[in-house]
Amino acid sequence: MRPAVIIAVFTLVWLAVSGSFTIPNLLLGVVASALSLLLIRGHIQPDGRRLRPLKALSLLALFLKELALSAWKVALLVASPKMDLKPGILAFPLTVDRDFEITLLANLITLTPGTLSVDVSGDRKVLYVHALDCSDPAGTRRDIANGFEKKILEAFR
Amino acid sequence: MLDLVLALVVAIMLVAGGVFTFLAALGILRLPDVYTRMHAASKAGTVGSGLMLLAAGIHSLDVAIFTRALAGFVFFVLTAPVAAHLVAKAAHAAGYRLSRLTVMDDMREQAAKKR
Repeated sequence: MRPAVIIAVFTLVWLAVSGSFTIPNLLLGVVASALSLLLIRGHIQPDGRRLRPLKALSLLALFLKELALSAWKVALLVASPKMDLKPGILAFPLTVDRDFEITLLANLITLTPGTLSVDVSGDRKVLYVHALDCSDPAGTRRDIANGFEKKILEAFR
Repeated sequence: MLDLVLALVVAIMLVAGGVFTFLAALGILRLPDVYTRMHAASKAGTVGSGLMLLAAGIHSLDVAIFTRALAGFVFFVLTAPVAAHLVAKAAHAAGYRLSRLTVMDDMREQAAKKR
């Protein structure tokens, strides 16, 4: 993302958190965002990555749906008298390779039904995922690859 | 009329949030190991507290309070998975065993291959 976009996002967050929608507060937000971006400029790698707003929104919608579904599933599981568990850790070969994308994918996986990211291998090629139901590891891998990973690739490339 | 609808929406969100939070706590108690417990804590916990935060925001009928509640929800969603992931990673690194029900562990096989 370009600096201007980042500053706009930071300012929006600032307005939301401070809860005051006045011109002076908006200016304060812009100045504070620009200063904080200036402070960390050495740590963020510049890139030609583009954000596709529509695809990102579709990713957000999918995520909210999956989050609700996953909370529902965990709640049902915990509330059932006899918990049917087949937990296990499976290796998921990553197609995304940038730090930002891996972080996003790992976070999304954790908040979706029955899966939890545990670790990334040293060479960033494999994501280890803990699943509540590991009876069909190939199916779980396929779901992640065709779901979130595909959406992330669409939204940020 | 609008008041009634609003009150109903807020009430449903509060109760649902409370139920999810309770089930998250019950899950931490009932599930067999730290990894499965993190599932309950990160998912049901996030949705439960998120619903209650949003309910408080809607109930206030104040844009400033609602946006703050919304920001709180967003930060919850951003941080809960990171915390769950770090706890699980630390547990695995410390050699905390998976429960007896576990059917596979690709991570241990990988570590065994390296040795």
